[in-house]
Amino acid sequence: MENKAIGLDKGWDYMQKGITKLKRILEGLPEPPFTSEEYMMLYTTIYNMCTQKPPHDHSQQLYDKYREAFEEYISSTVLPSLREKHDEFMLRELAKRWANHKVMVRWLSRFFHYLDRYFIARRSLPTLNEVGLTCFRDLVYQEVHAKVKDAVITLIDRALLKNVLDIFVEIGMGKMDRYEDDFEADMLQDTGAYYSRKASSWIEEDSCPDYMLKSEECLKKERDRVSHYLHSSSETKLSEKVQNELLVAYANRLLEKEHSGCRPLLRDDKVEDLSRMYRLYCKIPQGLDPVANIFKPHITAEGTALVQQAEDATSNQASSAPGVQEQVLIRRTIELHDKYMAYVTDCFQNHTLFHKALKEAFEVFCNKTVTGNSSAELLATFCDNILKKGGSEKLSDEVIEETLEKVVKLLAYISDKDLFAEFYRKKLPRRLLFDRSANDDHKRSILTKLKQQCGGQFTSKMEGMVTDLTLARENQANYEDYLRSNSAAHPGIDLTVTVLTTGFWPSYKSFDLNLPAEMVKCVEVFKGFYETKTKHRKLTWIYSLGTCHINGKFEQKIIELIVSTYQAAVLLLFNASDRLSYSEIMAHLNLTHDDLLRLLHSLSCAKYKILSKEPNTKTISHGDYFEFNSKFTDKLRRIKVPLPPVDERKKVVEDVDKDRRYAIDAALVRIMKSRKVLGHQQLVSECVEQLSRMFKPDIKAIKKRMEDLITRDYLERDKENQNMFRYLA
Amino acid sequence: MLAGYSTVSSKAKIKGLEKIDRLFNTYANSSLGMIDPEGIEALCSDLGVDYTDVRILMLAWKLKAEKQGYFTQDEWQTGLKALGVDSLSKLKKALSDLEKEVEKPSNYEDFYTYAFRYCLTEEKQKSVDIESICELLNLVLGVQFRPQIDSLIEYLKVQNDYKVINSDQWINFLRFCKEISFPDLENYDATQAWPLILDNYVEWMREKHS
Repeated sequence: MENKAIGLDKGWDYMQKGITKLKRILEGLPEPPFTSEEYMMLYTTIYNMCTQKPPHDHSQQLYDKYREAFEEYISSTVLPSLREKHDEFMLRELAKRWANHKVMVRWLSRFFHYLDRYFIARRSLPTLNEVGLTCFRDLVYQEVHAKVKDAVITLIDRALLKNVLDIFVEIGMGKMDRYEDDFEADMLQDTGAYYSRKASSWIEEDSCPDYMLKSEECLKKERDRVSHYLHSSSETKLSEKVQNELLVAYANRLLEKEHSGCRPLLRDDKVEDLSRMYRLYCKIPQGLDPVANIFKPHITAEGTALVQQAEDATSNQASSAPGVQEQVLIRRTIELHDKYMAYVTDCFQNHTLFHKALKEAFEVFCNKTVTGNSSAELLATFCDNILKKGGSEKLSDEVIEETLEKVVKLLAYISDKDLFAEFYRKKLPRRLLFDRSANDDHKRSILTKLKQQCGGQFTSKMEGMVTDLTLARENQANYEDYLRSNSAAHPGIDLTVTVLTTGFWPSYKSFDLNLPAEMVKCVEVFKGFYETKTKHRKLTWIYSLGTCHINGKFEQKIIELIVSTYQAAVLLLFNASDRLSYSEIMAHLNLTHDDLLRLLHSLSCAKYKILSKEPNTKTISHGDYFEFNSKFTDKLRRIKVPLPPVDERKKVVEDVDKDRRYAIDAALVRIMKSRKVLGHQQLVSECVEQLSRMFKPDIKAIKKRMEDLITRDYLERDKENQNMFRYLA
Repeated sequence: MLAGYSTVSSKAKIKGLEKIDRLFNTYANSSLGMIDPEGIEALCSDLGVDYTDVRILMLAWKLKAEKQGYFTQDEWQTGLKALGVDSLSKLKKALSDLEKEVEKPSNYEDFYTYAFRYCLTEEKQKSVDIESICELLNLVLGVQFRPQIDSLIEYLKVQNDYKVINSDQWINFLRFCKEISFPDLENYDATQAWPLILDNYVEWMREKHS
């Protein structure tokens, strides 16, 4: 250890030797590597020169000389070597020189490390590392970067490229701005121009699927470029650029291509191409909007075509059974829904935009009326058919479940849900009362589904009906016990009674039919039984829903006839008389003309002529005469003589309208009660929202109800502001 | 001194009141104690004004008459005092002044609303039949808004959604005439709180002219 202070020049000479040695190593000249002793000496020299007492404290000069060492080397050796080369060779040289420079910085900063610890920290100066890199940046990079960028863009050798591009990144010393400004910007522009050219020629020549394939490939190629030699930060920008040039700029032309664009692809069910379309456009903001905007009208058009088909078919073929075409329509609508739902989930990856498009499209045509029937009614009839015993086709339980699921889904698109409920509620009793053997599970399951879809209020009555039946069976068992224990009371005819709770079931007209004597006794006996069970309940008999099994003693054989109670009443009259006129029958039974016409028609002019009519015309008139047709026969021993039901459609619609008025009133009062004061538009929109689960209220209807509420002093108009309403407690 | 003065003025007051009362008794039905329709008819002919003239309605308004076709003594006294008249000739003159008074924006709406209420003859009656409304509209608004009123009356007679008009609809007729440009009806917005009957009217008008 020397005690004397080391002079600057002497110390520097020593350092210079070390630096020269390093340079020689970097140049690839034969030179043994540094030993640890040599390293220590160099380090210590610096240490000493820095820790000496002033004026021998040479930290500042050493700092400056450190920088000068780099500058000298770069100016004398590095720059000339770069200047004489071009293109790829220049890049190669640059890569080498950069690598070398980094090594140099590393070693020299180790030698001079002591400066980093105290001098630099104290004076807040750039670190040795920074100084080293800055030298390269200021002297080399500044001069060559433009040339380098040009060379890179035209270059193919990827490995070299990666090295060169890393220079751009590292020169930034932590920030990406060198890379971005000096290289990336131009690269992107160049890429953009390249693809723009390609796109303009491809769009002319290629079909939409082909163009999309090419686009996909280009995107993939660009991604590869990034992973191989570009910096990862370029990936998004590059993809965006490519997408822009290929897909966004030409979006409309591409999608609207006449024979291969989006619409034809949908038409021809090109699932793969559509999936590709989705993949390509989903990354672009709002890129999917044009696709959805083609998807929606396509579905609407197909749906509307189905509706039109049904209309035409029904008006053309007068011979086909009524309602058949409508049922076919529902079935086809379900199929259409399945098909496009598959598209949404598969091709379009369940994207909300497409769900929405599907929903809106279906809402449009599902609410069209077909041959005067609303779609709500058609759907209800469809359900009914499926659930009836056997149905129109024998369907397995799973298929029925599935179909019901789909029906409930379709219900979501129909705005008059309450209309569906009413029709369904009207058909349900008939099924419940006459088709006992139909599957209960299905009934319950569809009710559960409807409840989920539309709320409990919707289904509470229907559930009530189903429960009534279960109770009725119990009740019947009790009745039979009662008869066994009171054998004298037995009316001589087997009677099954179903007691219905009034609120749940639709209201039925009950006529005071003059029952045949045998039946009167039955009714009396049951009444007696019922009173033993419950007091304070009044039984109203609905004969129109009853069924009778009558044995007809025809000449050829006895046939059991399954008829409605009314029909039975008519037939039993003929036990007492051979021949009766229309008016006589009417007098006996006390029915309306409408009902009697239907009854007599079913017994004398329909499939089974139990009664013979005089004159033997196809329709009943008031002057006709009827006789028991003893010559009637059939190959079956037991036949059902159907009675066509009354058309209740009008009544259903009326009932629904009435319920709607109450619902609107209730909603309005509810809203105003809580808000106290509310503007007109807000009131209307809140009302619509509250009711939307069941039906879509007409704005005019709401206005009318509001006026009614004003007259009834529930609301008043604000004196100052005509558009505000106030709740009157 | 003071007492004497007041006596004079109160005597004058009493005298004025006497004249009003005497005028009242000329037309009043003595058994009822108020002027009945016959009396009003007589008053009208003396005033040289038709029974159905709008000025009589204005007079009723000024008198704050409660019941159509009748003036009570209180109403008569208060009204004539407010008019500052105590004789038939003065009343005649006051009628034309009354027209101007009614037309003042601050009074007009009040008069307009009054006109409707005046037609509610039965107890608990809330609406007026279409025929009477048409006449009333003509009487009250006809002069100022002739084209609108003619067209509106035509519509009211052909439509069958409404058989009666309530006060809310009535007040909106005035608003309609005042605010909506006619005959193009361009600034009418059905999404606002206009009564449904006016929405229907506008639709009808637009169909007619398309």
